[in-house]
Amino acid sequence: MPRATSDAKLLIQSLGKAYAATPTNLKIIDLYVVFVVATALIQVAYMGLVGSFPFNSFLSGVLSCIGTAVLAVCLRIQVNKDNKEFKDLPPERAFADFVLCNLVLHLVIMNFLG
Amino acid sequence: MAEPEVSPAAAGGGGQLRNVFGGVLCAFTLLLIGVVAFSIRLFSVIKYESVIHEFDPYFNFRVTQFLSKNGIYEFWNWFDDRTWYPLGRVIGGTVYPGLTLTAGTIWWLLNSLNIPLSVETVCVFTAPIFSANASWATYLLTKEAKGTGAGLMAAAILAMVPSYISRSVAGSYDNEAVAIFALIFTFYLYVKTLNTGSLFYATLNALSYFYMVCSWGGYTFIINLIPMHVLLCIVTGRYSSRLYIAYAPLVILGTLLAALVPVVGFNAVMTSEHFASFLVFIILHVVALVYYIKGLLTPRLFKVAMTLVISVGLAVCFAVVAILVALVASSPTKGWSGRSLSLLDPTYASKYIPIIASVSEHQPPTWPSYFMDINVLAFLIPAGIISCFLPLSDASSFMVLYLVTAVYFSGVMVRLMLVLAPAACILSGIALSEVFSVLTRSIKFQLSKFFYDSPTSPGDSSPESSTNSTKNENRNEKSETAPKEKPSKKNRKKEKEVAESVSVKPKKEKRLLVLPFELSVMGILLLIVLGGFYVVHCVWAAAEAYSAPSIVLTSRSRDGLHVFDDFREAYAWLSHNTDVDDKVASWWDYGYQTTAMANRTVIVDNNTWNNTHIATVGTAMSSPEKAAWEIFNSLDVKYVLVVFGGLVGYPSDDINKFLWMVRIGGGVFPHIKEPDYLRDGQYRVDAQATPTMLNCLMYKLCYYRFVETDGKGFDKVRGYEIGKKHFKLTHFEEVFTTHHWMVRIYKLKPQKNRVRGKLKKPKASAKTSSTLAAGQKKNPWQ
Repeated sequence: MPRATSDAKLLIQSLGKAYAATPTNLKIIDLYVVFVVATALIQVAYMGLVGSFPFNSFLSGVLSCIGTAVLAVCLRIQVNKDNKEFKDLPPERAFADFVLCNLVLHLVIMNFLG
Repeated sequence: MAEPEVSPAAAGGGGQLRNVFGGVLCAFTLLLIGVVAFSIRLFSVIKYESVIHEFDPYFNFRVTQFLSKNGIYEFWNWFDDRTWYPLGRVIGGTVYPGLTLTAGTIWWLLNSLNIPLSVETVCVFTAPIFSANASWATYLLTKEAKGTGAGLMAAAILAMVPSYISRSVAGSYDNEAVAIFALIFTFYLYVKTLNTGSLFYATLNALSYFYMVCSWGGYTFIINLIPMHVLLCIVTGRYSSRLYIAYAPLVILGTLLAALVPVVGFNAVMTSEHFASFLVFIILHVVALVYYIKGLLTPRLFKVAMTLVISVGLAVCFAVVAILVALVASSPTKGWSGRSLSLLDPTYASKYIPIIASVSEHQPPTWPSYFMDINVLAFLIPAGIISCFLPLSDASSFMVLYLVTAVYFSGVMVRLMLVLAPAACILSGIALSEVFSVLTRSIKFQLSKFFYDSPTSPGDSSPESSTNSTKNENRNEKSETAPKEKPSKKNRKKEKEVAESVSVKPKKEKRLLVLPFELSVMGILLLIVLGGFYVVHCVWAAAEAYSAPSIVLTSRSRDGLHVFDDFREAYAWLSHNTDVDDKVASWWDYGYQTTAMANRTVIVDNNTWNNTHIATVGTAMSSPEKAAWEIFNSLDVKYVLVVFGGLVGYPSDDINKFLWMVRIGGGVFPHIKEPDYLRDGQYRVDAQATPTMLNCLMYKLCYYRFVETDGKGFDKVRGYEIGKKHFKLTHFEEVFTTHHWMVRIYKLKPQKNRVRGKLKKPKASAKTSSTLAAGQKKNPWQ
């Protein structure tokens, strides 16, 4: 279906163009998220290879990756200048919250890692 | 609350002073509410003594004693060999540690400050302290939804609501005492995060959820309610980035923290109770991605993207759902635990798990119990629901959803009325606060009109005195502003809400409802009288209905107050007159009390985790003396304890519970059949009873020598004379009966050394050598 493929190409092109317009700091956060999710996928593949014992280590590894990804997305939401709800939130406060939440997350991970 | 009508000149200074005064008044009111919540729960301490109540609190008390004596590492690794003999119980891994750790911390803190309170005192007063905390948490939660006035009202109502009092009196040292506080506080932090979108509160939310998981098995309610609310927000078009921040970190951090608690462990990711949260997590991410791409693309391209994604996405979705369904369907309970399944399907427990069905707290409540437990709130709740819809916000939709689910679950199990109580209080607080604000605003307006004689204030039209003319006016105004639907709908709803009110339609944007002066004053007076009835009922319920410690019973008669302290008498006898290692067998209700107060090893206790072991004890109680002796001897039992209420009329004794013993025993050992104990389907112990019933161990142990009390053997609970009156015990001997014959303790007679008469095989050697060669040893279980 040539129409579908040409539409798909147009779609991807416009997505790429629109995305290139986002500011650099947001792109860095997005890159971080992609890296972390890739790490999680690698861990899952490794678990498929060697089995899931000890399960708590696997769980803490995968959930730490997903957790930092989620927190990074939250940071991106709060720092994004286009977001009207967080207009009065200083980015330093957003980053401080991000660091605090990460601290708690990693404390729990270290405890659960076993 | 009503806006103060201040003249513009004095607005600045006067407004600030008003705010400060308001804040101080608010804080003082909260302090008073805390004091009320604490002191209304002290009736049992005043009427009886500072003692732990019921059954489950004794276990928690014993665990707290152990914690305070041996420290936290010993507590985590504690293997208790004095219950469930010979199996034992891993306390560290099967108890919800929140309550004991909280009380232990308070005790340790006070002792390090040189305030020498005993562990028992701290345990008894933990519940009232945390109920004060719970009312403050209710204030915070309702303030997030509807404002300070509603918050104060809800907190005052929660401090006194009988349903909460019933599980948190001083002495009721059970999980719910701290769990309800944790529940309300977690909900408050969730709503706060939803309103502000701050990641800081999201972290606090996860930590509070961790405290809730530590405290009570009912935490699954939170982890299913919050995803339901997120789904509701998404479906009603209220998705916002604050929703993402409120929910996504909670799922990840919450699952990890829940997995940290030993009793939950890997159930946090593997049981169906948690799957809802993961499913909604995925859905939320999909929705967030859709909104993000929508913001990037033009509308036409977005349509193209949607068609592409939907076709691919549906295929992937089907595959994932198929895998999930296959996984879940392969387990017989579809992944849910027995207790959760009995909540979703109320008939499940009675069919498959008789132990869960036999607990009286797990029965559905009767209609009067609703009115007893939440009283006036029962008809304030609908008004609160309506008030939540005007206007609808994320927080108020959460309240409504919480209430609806709580009402369903409270209808399934009477114990869960406790979860309904905070929802009922919050919604009633909202309703009452709205009504008060409308009435006081009317009074203020009427008074200002009277004093300053100004014809109109902006937005309000002056109300007429007669009700008929205003009703006509209302109808006319409704017809002439037909396109503006919202205000007239509001008027119609408000007419339903305040029955005697007359609504006046506002002319411009300000929607202030103003009523005639006399009606407003009457309304306020009547509402205060309503509140008075509520308070009187709550105090009565707390004093008379819910303050009985169950371990000490009292009754009033012509010659004064009788006190029945038989239980403690029996446990004290056990602890003074038996060896430390002696095993005591009784029905599982008394297990916790026996280990805590008598300090003896028991066979089964209230934890009821092993159905077969309980069925063994049940079979022994239902069998004739010889077979029962064999079973008990194989478990190394030395003493058997039964509770008998026939002499004094105590209805919760073992003869009334006997049919459950038969059912549970019969569920595992098929030779015990329930119809054998019933005459024509009726349970009787008089002369018409079946021979199986008259020969079973429970009958014999309860009614041994009972005929000596009044010559006829009249059982005050059953209301007739017993069937078999004169009999001797061959394998047991009576060692102790309490003053009112309520607890009777028997000892297993040792085997005779020499047996008279011919023998087929030497019995002594058959007992010591446990060979099953050629079926020599008779298996009592067949």
